[in-house]
Amino acid sequence: MSTQKREPTPPGQATPVPVIEPGHTFASVTDQIGQIVLSRRTPTFWWVGFGISFLLMMALLASIGYLLLKGTGIWGINIPVGWGFAIINFVWWIGIGHAGTLISAILLLLRQEWRTSINRFAEAMTLFAVASAGLFPILHMGRPWLAYWLLPYPNTMALWPQWRSPLVWDVFAVSTYATVSALFWYIGLIPDLATLRDRARKKSFQIVYGMLALGWRGSAVHWHRYETAYLLLAGLATPLVISVHTVVSFDFTIAITPGWHSTIFPPYFVAGAIYAGFAMVLTLSIPLRKLYRLEGFITLRHLQNMAKILLATGLIVGYGYMIEAFMGWYSGVPSEGYVTTSRMLGPYRPAYWALIFCNILTPQALWFKKVRSTPGLLFIVAMVVNVGMWLERFVIVVTSLHRDFLPSSWGMYHGTMWDWSTFIGTIGLFLSLLFLFIRFLPMISIFEMRTLVPEAEVREEA
Amino acid sequence: MQIFHRSTNTISRVSLFGAVFFIALLGWVFDSLQRSSYNTQQNVAREQPVQFSHAHHVGAIGIDCRYCHTSVEKAAFAGIPPTKTCMNCHSQIWAQSPYLEPVRESYRTDRSIEWTRVHDLPDFVYFDHSIHVNKGVGCETCHGRVDQMPLMWQASRLQMSWCLDCHRNTEKYLRPKDQVFTMGYVPAGDQLELGRKLQKEYGIRKVTVLESCSTCHR
Repeated sequence: MSTQKREPTPPGQATPVPVIEPGHTFASVTDQIGQIVLSRRTPTFWWVGFGISFLLMMALLASIGYLLLKGTGIWGINIPVGWGFAIINFVWWIGIGHAGTLISAILLLLRQEWRTSINRFAEAMTLFAVASAGLFPILHMGRPWLAYWLLPYPNTMALWPQWRSPLVWDVFAVSTYATVSALFWYIGLIPDLATLRDRARKKSFQIVYGMLALGWRGSAVHWHRYETAYLLLAGLATPLVISVHTVVSFDFTIAITPGWHSTIFPPYFVAGAIYAGFAMVLTLSIPLRKLYRLEGFITLRHLQNMAKILLATGLIVGYGYMIEAFMGWYSGVPSEGYVTTSRMLGPYRPAYWALIFCNILTPQALWFKKVRSTPGLLFIVAMVVNVGMWLERFVIVVTSLHRDFLPSSWGMYHGTMWDWSTFIGTIGLFLSLLFLFIRFLPMISIFEMRTLVPEAEVREEA
Repeated sequence: MQIFHRSTNTISRVSLFGAVFFIALLGWVFDSLQRSSYNTQQNVAREQPVQFSHAHHVGAIGIDCRYCHTSVEKAAFAGIPPTKTCMNCHSQIWAQSPYLEPVRESYRTDRSIEWTRVHDLPDFVYFDHSIHVNKGVGCETCHGRVDQMPLMWQASRLQMSWCLDCHRNTEKYLRPKDQVFTMGYVPAGDQLELGRKLQKEYGIRKVTVLESCSTCHR
């Protein structure tokens, strides 16, 4: 942010790696980031990546088409496990989105200037993750074309949604989250869109970027309003980091199902969301900085900071698992105790132990500076955490449901081919949107990066 | 360098504000369409295999509803009369009328006339005529002035909000039991006062029961 005053590093506390490579100027920042979008040549790796993602997205389209034709029976869900992949994937995607909001809102308010080079694409990641997440509960409804029934509006049935159901709270939490994230992202883009408008050579690009820039001229009044709006939105987005995943956790905790009915869920879900989100930011930023040679902007300092957050939130999540197991015993409720042991030793134990390996053991490697400052190793850790967080939701959803109070109604659950194709399809949707984003919009905030350049420092005349 | 004409300023402002109204307008159009007779078939007269006129049989001659719809007081379904009921009279009067040939044919061949159903509730709705009739809901309240309908049409929207309007405010519609089959009924005195009295008399259940999901969706 341009109002941000850069403070010199306090003596005795060395900053080993700067947040921007030394030697950059206003012009070089603008050129390097702007050129990715405005250059006529689309790099080969973009075509390869986008092509694969697009194919996966077509798999999603086919899966949804077949689902609409046949109904949710093509999925593995049935009684007793009525919430299968759809809910697992929903929670997984929503969680991933959280890092974007944390980076853009909370780190902004805390004046962490290292957020500057990663906030733009982290916010984009949030939007695309929420889009992927939102699909699942709607498809799970069975009659997705009636999804608007979830909204309160004066309808011919003279009915309001069931306010006591956390699933309705979800609708509001997620739609608010999507709206605020989209606004935040777009408003942050406006000055950069104006830069692109001014630098674009082709008339059509000038017109499109010009319309999106909403007449931005960079006057003092514009900047003043921009800063106010951006801070206000950051204030609005901050509670959402906590509230959205808390509400998502209510989907489980409000039910009396053993293994779900627990007060640890909201904080443990929020920590898990930030954990998953930072893992995804690392997964995306490490290849991106390499391919687009952005190591000067997304420096090792960024990777190290994110690795530290990953480690910290991973420990909170580990604490959550520990308390869950402890409460299984301490509650003295036989069903609770049974679910806990069933998770560890029952038919789904491979998933449970894989989850412990991915989410608890692997991130311990981040205690070592060597791992934190080696992008390749960090990438591997982040990928393992991505898988681990998916497994976590699988274990929570499936193990609690498959063996309920009544042994006569126990059953097993497995995802079908269509479950997998829908899930992988949303990864395709997410990546396709991301590829389009990095091709057509600046993935790093140009004007905020310029404030990090030494030229931007205000020197007081002696 | 200017990319846009100066009129763009106005256009962009108008379109920003206009979008709000446009979305509101879309919502209104959608809602109105859903309630319109285009969707509900309200007030649309249906063709039937025989041009049977309720206006003539009920309005002019004065036949009671129950002469044909025999099970209305005892069963969920009010009942469609068998051809024999028609032939009670039409073996004697209008016995040669070409209009009634489908009726005579049905009688000869013992094959039912296939009437077009006018009041068709969705299959997930449990509706019982007998409880309504026995608790003082008049035929006219839902079916309208059948005695003035040459061909039958649906007098009400038959949408859930219409059902609930009565289930939530039964006092607005209840009649004395002897007036249930009357067409063009006018309450003697204040309807709300009478309605509240009848609610007690007939033991109408509380609103929480009447509007409970499982009352109609079983």
